Amino acid sequence: MSSVKHFVQGGDFLIEEITAESVFTPEDCTDEHRMIAGTARQFISREIHPYMKRLEEGDFPFVAEKMKKAGELGLLGHSVPEKYGGLGLDKMSKGIVGEALGNASGYSVAHSNHTCIATLPITYFGTKQQKEKYLPKLASGEYLGAYCLTEPEAGSDALAAQTTAVLNESETHYILNGTKIYITNASFADTFIVYAKVDSRHFTAFIVEKDFPGLSIGPEESKMGIKGSSTCSVSMEDCEVPIENVIGEIGKGHLIALNVLNLGRFNLGFATLGAAKYSFQLALEHSTERKQFKKSISEFGATKEKVAQMAARLYATESLLYRTAGHVESALGEHEDSSDFKAVAKAMNEHALESAICKIVGSETLDYVVDEALQLHGGAGFIKEYPVEMAYRDSRINRIFEGTNEINRLLIPGAFFKKVAKDFLDTRTIVERAQHSLHNGVFKKQTGELSELKQALALFKDLHLVCAGLAFFKYGTSVKNEQETLMKLADLAIAIYSTESVILRTEKASERNHKQKLAYTYVEQTALEVQHAVIPMLSELLVGEERTKTLGQVSLLLAAYHWPDSVERKRKIADFYSEQKRYQS
Amino acid sequence: MNIFVLLKRTFDTEEKIAINNGRIEDDGAEYIINPYDEYAVEEAINIRDEHGGEVTVVTIGDEDAEKQLRTALAMGADQAVLINTEDDLEEGDQFTTVKILEAFFDDREADIILAGNVAIDEASGQVGPRLAERLNMSCVTTITSITIDGDTANIERDVEGDVEKVETSLPLLVTCQQGLNEPRYPSLPGIMKAKKKPLEELEIDDLDLEEDDVEPKTKTIEIFLPPEKQAGKVLEGEMDDQVKELVSLLKTEAKVL
Ligand SMILES: Cc1cc2nc3c(=O)[nH]c(=O)nc-3n(C[C@H](O)[C@H](O)[C@H](O)COP(=O)(O)OP(=O)(O)OC[C@H]3O[C@@H](n4cnc5c(N)ncnc54)[C@H](O)[C@@H]3O)c2cc1C
Ligand SMILES: Cc1cc2nc3c(=O)[nH]c(=O)nc-3n(C[C@H](O)[C@H](O)[C@H](O)COP(=O)(O)OP(=O)(O)OC[C@H]3O[C@@H](n4cnc5c(N)ncnc54)[C@H](O)[C@@H]3O)c2cc1C
Repeated sequence: MSSVKHFVQGGDFLIEEITAESVFTPEDCTDEHRMIAGTARQFISREIHPYMKRLEEGDFPFVAEKMKKAGELGLLGHSVPEKYGGLGLDKMSKGIVGEALGNASGYSVAHSNHTCIATLPITYFGTKQQKEKYLPKLASGEYLGAYCLTEPEAGSDALAAQTTAVLNESETHYILNGTKIYITNASFADTFIVYAKVDSRHFTAFIVEKDFPGLSIGPEESKMGIKGSSTCSVSMEDCEVPIENVIGEIGKGHLIALNVLNLGRFNLGFATLGAAKYSFQLALEHSTERKQFKKSISEFGATKEKVAQMAARLYATESLLYRTAGHVESALGEHEDSSDFKAVAKAMNEHALESAICKIVGSETLDYVVDEALQLHGGAGFIKEYPVEMAYRDSRINRIFEGTNEINRLLIPGAFFKKVAKDFLDTRTIVERAQHSLHNGVFKKQTGELSELKQALALFKDLHLVCAGLAFFKYGTSVKNEQETLMKLADLAIAIYSTESVILRTEKASERNHKQKLAYTYVEQTALEVQHAVIPMLSELLVGEERTKTLGQVSLLLAAYHWPDSVERKRKIADFYSEQKRYQS
Repeated sequence: MNIFVLLKRTFDTEEKIAINNGRIEDDGAEYIINPYDEYAVEEAINIRDEHGGEVTVVTIGDEDAEKQLRTALAMGADQAVLINTEDDLEEGDQFTTVKILEAFFDDREADIILAGNVAIDEASGQVGPRLAERLNMSCVTTITSITIDGDTANIERDVEGDVEKVETSLPLLVTCQQGLNEPRYPSLPGIMKAKKKPLEELEIDDLDLEEDDVEPKTKTIEIFLPPEKQAGKVLEGEMDDQVKELVSLLKTEAKVL
């Protein structure tokens, strides 16, 4: 639909300067993108929102029926190639649909689970026969899908799966034994992507149909939120799976499992953004209606600061998600119907780091926004009659599934160190350059528009390189065991990616006035977060006088990214939203 | 069957509207297909699906109206025509619109033309009936149901909440009222197909019209927003006293009696 010209490699942003031309922004969306979003939003407001009570009561046949209806509208087939009954749209469209569908509690989870992790293994790794057999039905909604990776003893450590697959004597079927837990869509799914170890060793993906002998579905879990999505265990007892239902190669299941999760995380970021915008809207509606002390809640400075900060985070999340969509599209766009297993896996893995950031930032922005939205409701927020109560409970799962946010954070510096090694980058030179920049203020040499913000970004990047380098010099390759440091490096990388996305988008936009306010507010907040990550890290990595001196200097450098108009600016932002009563930028 | 729909791009009255220098502020306003015209598009598609033929959606406006035409194409219309008046006309009124449409239909065979009952922006409700008059066609306004059998159309129309049943014949112009149908929203395949459907752009000289021919007959003196809603007043006391107070307030404060 739209081409992304500049290919940016995964993790590049941590080492290089990225230019505005190489990022996709929400403002770059085409008319078709906007129409697609409109259709997805209308679907939710007409077909799902009037029935939230049925979702909350766990009416799963209703959910399945609505997914089929979504299929008729093409909302299940956006990422399936045209030749297999889908639309073969770009990754921006995938994100746009994910976002527009994201504010519908368990329905959103059921829908995304189907279009992403339950369909993509076949889309990208299936044989021609598998694609012909399953994709048209998954795209139309005739078949609904589930994805079975987690086991009682294999959650975060997914590759520790104990489910086994053994070839039968006539070599026609694999016999699967084992139990998967917490499987979304299990109660009504027609197809299950199941991971099992062939001969207890070779991790492999299979397509299992609901009627294959030996497959059974456990009872529904009773959950805290997203009650409209079905979650059950799936057991295989001598379950017979024809050999032609192996996806990809025997022993290469991990590449499918993990790479599909990359796209799942990317999509989850969008879904949580949609949910967060909805919570923000609830906060605006309530705080402008409700009066205390003869004033609307929205008129109090404390509220205004909350609203401005929520808005700035939404802006940043949105900026980095659409940017990632552009990157992923540029890497993966051509591989839609490729049969080169390795090339596809590589392309899907290219932006693993960025996809992890999408997932973390999306889910944490949602948690933050929904928490503040509930708080602004006062006592009403605690009462079920108000939709924010449900939104609050629905939010929490997002930090857990598709890889916990800790697992996703660990992945970020891991990918960075791998990139440095793979690109034969000279760590010492990079770190020395960053150190030199910090000492001599080279990072301040930014010109043109938004240069103050660009300085902050350059500073964050230098700090990240210095910390990563010091950690590497101190711990060597066993840095991978230093989780306390890794988590903070991840936080720094997230701060850099989001800040950069905000700046580049603002720079690229034609209507810049309001966006610029959001950008300044975001950078101010992020400078504090960077300090939060960097100070404890440097304190650990340095010793003696150098330690004391550096801690002081860094604090001083970061303090420069607060501006005198902060309060005034945030009040203006808040007033804008109290007027609009919804998120827009 | 040759089915035509008259469609107008309007701002979304559900959204906030700001007025600046006697004009509606363009920035920030959201634009939509006039909701009554959406009923017309939906009904046109249904008529085509039942009786065959083609649905052509026509709008008068500027380039931006292409979006609303594409939406109609994505819903299922077959082709669209944009009569672009951006370079030729400063102002226009219902006379202008009807004059242009009359010229447009001059060399076209329309079996049925569907329009909205009113456009929510100017709410004149005139374009449909005036055009029918100029084209010498039967006209039924505010329809809530239509069935076509050969050349005969059986119509139910809304008359201030009551239903009137009308039998008439094609060619016919109808204006659509809420309740006629539930407009579909475009499917994703529909959206992708719409890109490839024909969208013809005309200017008034393509219709052999000069600017003078379509000069508006009315002038807009002023545009203003309705006054902000004031807080209500709850009357208290005995019923008789309340009635008396109400009457006196209606006389002295509201000045409606
Ligand atoms: C509602 C719901 C739906 C789900 N749907 C699906 C589905 O459709 N398909 C599917 O396969 N799975 C699904 N899951 C499972 C989900 O992906 C897992 O729950 C998740 O991956 C975490 O695994 P776990 O629950 O075993 O937690 P654990 O792995 O036991 O983690 C517990 C805690 O330890 C931390 N931790 C674990 N390992 C490390 C480490 N190495 N370093 C630091 N900290 C660590 C985690 O971050 C977490 O905080 C679903 C779960 C839920 C609740
Ligand atoms: C489960 C439950 C049990 C309860 N039990 C009792 C009970 O036993 N007895 C009883 O009397 N009450 C009880 N309450 C009521 C409770 O104390 C109130 O809900 C609480 O004081 C908040 O008031 P509110 O709900 O009207 O929120 P609001 O006052 O409307 O507050 C909404 C938001 O506006 C903010 N806000 C309000 N005023 C200002 C200001 N001036 N400046 C800045 N921000 C402002 C608030 O911090 C909040 O975020 C209960 C409530 C619940 C939910």
